[in-house]
Amino acid sequence: MSWKLDDSHIDDLVRGAALLGTGGGGDPHVGALLVRVAIREYGAVTVLDVDDLDDLDLVIPTAQMGAPTVGAEKLPAGTEAVAAFLKLETHLDSKARATMPIECGGLNSMIPLQVAARLGVPVVDGDGMGRAFPELQMETFSIYGVSGSPLALAGENGETVIINTGEDNVRMERFARAITVQLGGVAHIANYAMTGADVKRTALPGTLATCIRIGLTIRQARDSNSDPIVALAKVLTTTIHGCLRVLQRGKVVDVQRNTDGGFVHGSARITSADGNDELVVHFRNENITAVVNGRLVAVVPDLICVLEADTAEPITTESLRYGQRVTVVGIGTPPSMRTAEALEVFGPAAFGLELDFTPVEELNEEELPTAASRE
Amino acid sequence: MRIGIDVGGTNTDAVLVEGVRVLASLKKRTSMDVTSGIRDALQSLRKGCPFVDSDIDGVMIGTTHFINALVEAQRLAPTAALRIGLPATVALPPFVGWPARLVDAVSARSYLVRGGHEFNGNHIAPLDLDAVRSAAEDMARNGIRSVAITSVFSPVNAEFEESAAVAVADVLGGGTPVSLSHRIGRIGLLERENATIINASLREIAVVIVDGLRTILADLGLTCPLYLSRNDGTLMEVEEVRQYPVATFASGPTNSMRGAALLSGVETGAVVDVGGTTSDVGILRSGFPRESLTAVDVVGIRTNFRMPDIVSIGIGGGSRIRVEEGRCIVGPDSVRYRLTEDALVFGGTTLTATDIAVAAGSASVGDVTAVAHLDPEMVSDCMAEIARRTAVLVDSVRTSGEPLAVVAVGGGSIILPEHLDGIGRVVRPQNYAVANAVGAAIAQVSGEIDRIFLTSDETRDKVLDEARQEAVDRTVAAGASPNSVKIVELEEVPVPYLPGNATRVHVKAVGDLQRPCEPVA
Repeated sequence: MSWKLDDSHIDDLVRGAALLGTGGGGDPHVGALLVRVAIREYGAVTVLDVDDLDDLDLVIPTAQMGAPTVGAEKLPAGTEAVAAFLKLETHLDSKARATMPIECGGLNSMIPLQVAARLGVPVVDGDGMGRAFPELQMETFSIYGVSGSPLALAGENGETVIINTGEDNVRMERFARAITVQLGGVAHIANYAMTGADVKRTALPGTLATCIRIGLTIRQARDSNSDPIVALAKVLTTTIHGCLRVLQRGKVVDVQRNTDGGFVHGSARITSADGNDELVVHFRNENITAVVNGRLVAVVPDLICVLEADTAEPITTESLRYGQRVTVVGIGTPPSMRTAEALEVFGPAAFGLELDFTPVEELNEEELPTAASRE
Repeated sequence: MRIGIDVGGTNTDAVLVEGVRVLASLKKRTSMDVTSGIRDALQSLRKGCPFVDSDIDGVMIGTTHFINALVEAQRLAPTAALRIGLPATVALPPFVGWPARLVDAVSARSYLVRGGHEFNGNHIAPLDLDAVRSAAEDMARNGIRSVAITSVFSPVNAEFEESAAVAVADVLGGGTPVSLSHRIGRIGLLERENATIINASLREIAVVIVDGLRTILADLGLTCPLYLSRNDGTLMEVEEVRQYPVATFASGPTNSMRGAALLSGVETGAVVDVGGTTSDVGILRSGFPRESLTAVDVVGIRTNFRMPDIVSIGIGGGSRIRVEEGRCIVGPDSVRYRLTEDALVFGGTTLTATDIAVAAGSASVGDVTAVAHLDPEMVSDCMAEIARRTAVLVDSVRTSGEPLAVVAVGGGSIILPEHLDGIGRVVRPQNYAVANAVGAAIAQVSGEIDRIFLTSDETRDKVLDEARQEAVDRTVAAGASPNSVKIVELEEVPVPYLPGNATRVHVKAVGDLQRPCEPVA
């Protein structure tokens, strides 16, 4: 069933996308403004369920890549992602039925909506990770045999580049990143062009709607003064993410950050109110592991989200700081992201961790839905 | 001697200081007409402690004039926003996200021209000076009286803003004020542009206000320099205020924190500023407030001013106290400025936090017998509740688990205990009630930079040295005596998702004001 996404969905979508950004993915504020402006000018966006697609339809996903810090200064012309989309259509000599996110966490939940509004094409409700990841090959599309190439990349001058590295999506990532730096640190891309059949086979369905539901749930819980975490856990059981586990409620007592080769990596320590338990979150742009008292409680590709304790507002790794009262939650990833071939691409080893993946629901017992003390 | 005046929402405080010694102080209700309130404060101060012109080295004023003008959307200049960044940035033109009321109030017009820089200093496009001139001609036809110019990555390279300013002045004449974004904000285009537009819209009223304040000083026979407090707690000479009025927006909390540092001698610690309705808590580092890294909404407009990182709770000296089901509830509502009429100890009928403090014996104001009937257990519960909530707030702004000095200032700080659990001792310095005016009086001048550098391990030290030197140079240019300048902040924040170790560096230096008669070093 298709539905219309309009201005009234944006605030919820932004908050949900920030949560699924799992500490990274960029500040969706600029993206949200872009979508608002586009919807005001061109009208609401039609959202298609994955099942609305015909098997032979062409879908061309769109995204921004590069540094969000740069993107907040050199704002887009607004035509870049559209240009990348059209360039790939021309290159493939085929009209696309719709665009789609490759990454629903953070800023990239917004870019396809802007393309959809401007071109009057629908957006498919789904993506290739159900969260944020730092590199272009980290996609269920890639894992299940959809090639990221050809990739069209566009800058604000109307320049476009086609990158074709055949089946090698890691090489595609490297080439695209190098050109992104030449374009000033931010570029817009269209890649993973695929058929409706491939979308149904490889995409994670319904993730845009999940973002909106997460945002809505948090907002409603705040308005009714109920515990947003409890409400979130309930909502997530009805999504492909499946489960939410509370890993720790407590206070940030230490944050360490370093940079290397475009990655911010570091850790934050969070102690429980009674001081008995300490959780350490490690991040590499996004949060990648959570360990309580030396015991692993969640690991990538499961989602680790640090939320402000009272409001459940997602906190990015850049804005983590001492003293914040937080709830750290682990959220499951769908089964297609936990297979051996998926874990090879974005499992612990892909982030330099010598750990085996264990699902968050096996590492943690379910917390009964009684509102725990929030202080 | 210096005179410090801090105009707050409720009270206007004034002090006369010599070095760090407070010679006289007073507190008055802030008047509707802020300028005449400042005149009254100066006159009363002189009545209390007669001084003559030659005694006074400077008058330092922290004021709400400019933020009020924006809140009321009155007397704002017809303003044009000129953005240099095409072909980039057009998706989000100037004034995007502004409340319609303020767009109307500044008779907004916007123009986009080609130009701008990349983060590494390359050109996005060459500056289109012809387009700048035609924009200026259109401004002239449309009655624009103030111009805000913002170029992409101007904090990295300001050449296009400078050139465009010259071209605009050619067309509009030198009398039309031009505000340049690299002098006002930092990286984050919309936020910096918004701040620059707000600044531009205040340029006309800035002239009126500055002239008004000068007239007051002249009427009182004072010939000393006049300074206004900046958001960061340092000073601006009035000529600079004419150009950058927006930099005075949030000086109140900063002045309190600076005053707290000076009065207590605490350079690193927490400051709790307790007013009538709320308490503000911030962190001092090297005697300056730690600044917020996140966007700040001003009257519904998103900006990235460097504002002190302040958290607040609804607990103040005038907070109403209720006991419900045996639990003590403090605030968040308050008797506000009617404390001296409504509180029990002042003969009123409302139980306030001040009454509790008097009953508990931690403060002696008003009539102690008026609270003698209060249940001691309830009183101690309420004191504990105030202490507990304040401690949670202070704890939330700490940057480490180390013991932390806490300085309590503000008229309402009598409600705080001498110790906060899990934090440490609370110091309430002499003259705590006028710490904000003291902060204004003793302020220094500053210079800062905020820029993205490409560093490697080999070049990092050189880059940081350059950044430090530039901040020092700017401080001296702002009027600091060179020997007194020191670096008070140095932050390196890696830019995520960008290969090549791009790092955003922020450096701030401060120095003592060079006295007018002091020979230039």
